[in-house]
Amino acid sequence: MELFDEFPSMGRTDLRDLKKGIDFAFRDFSRENGEAIENFFDPLMYFMVWFEKLLLAAPWPIMIIIFAVLAWLGARSIPIVIGTVASFMTIGWFGMWEDTMATVAIISVATALCIGLGIPLGILMSRSNRMQSVVTPVLDIMQTIPSFVYLIPVVMLLGIGKVPGLIAVCIYAIPPIVRLTNLGIRLVDKEVLEASEAFGSSYRQKLFEVQIPLALPNIFAGVNQTIMMALAMVVIASMIGVKGLGVPVLRAVSNQYLALGLMNGLAIVALAVIFDRVSQEYGKRLQKHRQGGHGA
Amino acid sequence: MPDIKVSIKNLYKIFGPNGESMVQKVEEGATKASLQAEHKHVLGLSNVNIDIPARRIQVIMGLSGSGKSTLIRHLNRLIEPTSGEIMVDGEDVLAMSDAELREFRRNKMSMVFQKFALLPHRTVIDNVSYGLKIKGTDKDEMKERSQKWIDRVGLSGFEDNFPAQLSGGMQQRVGLARALATDAEILLMDEAFSALDPLIRKDMQDILLDLQEELHKTIIFITHDLDEALHIGDNIVILRDGAVIQQGTPQEIVLDPADDYVRDFIKDINRARVLDVSSVMASGSSDSGLELAADMILELGMPAMIKADVTSANVMRDGEVIGVVTLANMIGGIARPESHEGEQVTYR
Repeated sequence: MELFDEFPSMGRTDLRDLKKGIDFAFRDFSRENGEAIENFFDPLMYFMVWFEKLLLAAPWPIMIIIFAVLAWLGARSIPIVIGTVASFMTIGWFGMWEDTMATVAIISVATALCIGLGIPLGILMSRSNRMQSVVTPVLDIMQTIPSFVYLIPVVMLLGIGKVPGLIAVCIYAIPPIVRLTNLGIRLVDKEVLEASEAFGSSYRQKLFEVQIPLALPNIFAGVNQTIMMALAMVVIASMIGVKGLGVPVLRAVSNQYLALGLMNGLAIVALAVIFDRVSQEYGKRLQKHRQGGHGA
Repeated sequence: MPDIKVSIKNLYKIFGPNGESMVQKVEEGATKASLQAEHKHVLGLSNVNIDIPARRIQVIMGLSGSGKSTLIRHLNRLIEPTSGEIMVDGEDVLAMSDAELREFRRNKMSMVFQKFALLPHRTVIDNVSYGLKIKGTDKDEMKERSQKWIDRVGLSGFEDNFPAQLSGGMQQRVGLARALATDAEILLMDEAFSALDPLIRKDMQDILLDLQEELHKTIIFITHDLDEALHIGDNIVILRDGAVIQQGTPQEIVLDPADDYVRDFIKDINRARVLDVSSVMASGSSDSGLELAADMILELGMPAMIKADVTSANVMRDGEVIGVVTLANMIGGIARPESHEGEQVTYR
């Protein structure tokens, strides 16, 4: 009856040895390779530092004009431009300008990195079912594993700072763009693809002139989701040394500063709303050709 | 004998993991049903042999599932055959490398699709120039040639519209212009007009016949509609379960259907519009004074005879009397062939 009373588990010492083995192995690995890996990411770090400084050094009226122009180019909507300007003015008025610029900097770099890696990966995934069956569970893990868990090895390898923060943000934010690129390309009308082949398209011509353009609305939905998820990681990233709106939020949590937390939290919300509206409107404009009197 | 543009020999297509080993089973007499039941393979095409003459409209017809769309996709190798031979202008299509095949598709054969298959994000003119763009034609020539074909199919003024803004008939004109713009000698049309409503379909058929009169392309036209086949086809191939049941001119098929499947197909058609006076004439001559051209269809021949108030006429070809036709001959010709009611007609 012993079997039913106690769960058959490995011995306490064995378990401890196993954990220790893994820890030491990884520690040795990071001691040996940590520097090389850090050097590898150095250009990225310099770029991030430079970009953040640029945003902070630029006079605020110019930044607001730039944001307004970008909002206009994306959304082509006066109310959204007014909302953007008003939000940034309010943020500045409440003294959160610098943190906000730091957050905008990391979100922009993270989004660019996710797009740069995610779209090609999504294309590869759409090309082969085997690739899809390998990548999908990895994306599932990336989206469900608690972020703190992968912060541990990232910090062990790279310490705290901008680059590990960026990596943590990207791990969390890249899955939607990969998934939706893959989905978008797989959903491209088979007959249109066949037509493209029948006219003698090469693989490149098929990809760049048919598959990607037709998948663009889906790819863009992925970009939108990626931005939103990157913003959601701002607070967690601030735990490993990323500057920005997450830092005061973290401070507010540990010291029970209600107003501080609320104000910075709302600033994150404002950024999210602006990014979301602008990118969604842009995505809608990409689909304009689909409108017409006739279904087809 | 007209010169042969496309020649298909012993073509088999069997869908399934071991298609090649199944060819022998089919040669030994396995049918589509038995292959499916015993070996879990689907018989797509079974020993197809067709010689397609140059500069004619070759119709391939059959009901859905008969393998006609599969067959047309073999000609430009959108589908690879299991075994067989396809020659175009004496060149073996199946032996082409990927690069050769792309050149072949760019220059020799273009295609029109049932559901149009236009690029929804490109305007009409960009869609028409699509084939030229793939070929790498220079911009000015591309624009000029596309514009010419847009005008030719009657879409002038719609150059900058997107496909979704056009009606089905107009979209298919874009598809037709796109296929013609590459100047390919062979035009594949996969149920090109089947998605259109009857009036528009008739319209498009006439556009196609008009164009053919001046272009003389080799057109391979797939349809499930016998009226369409008889209207536009110079030659017709009838497919069933992936095998050729009958091939011949529309007249031959109407006058002498190969089996009950074909007989059933043709029973509801307007025979007076297909048959010409030479197909029902007898030898001899008439002194009625009325002369009818040999290729005049009965639908026109009968009223002509009634109008002239005679019951017989000479059949003329190249200015010579080649026979005599009576009103009774004509009426006999358009009568439905003996009823086969009570006989079992199965389609698959």
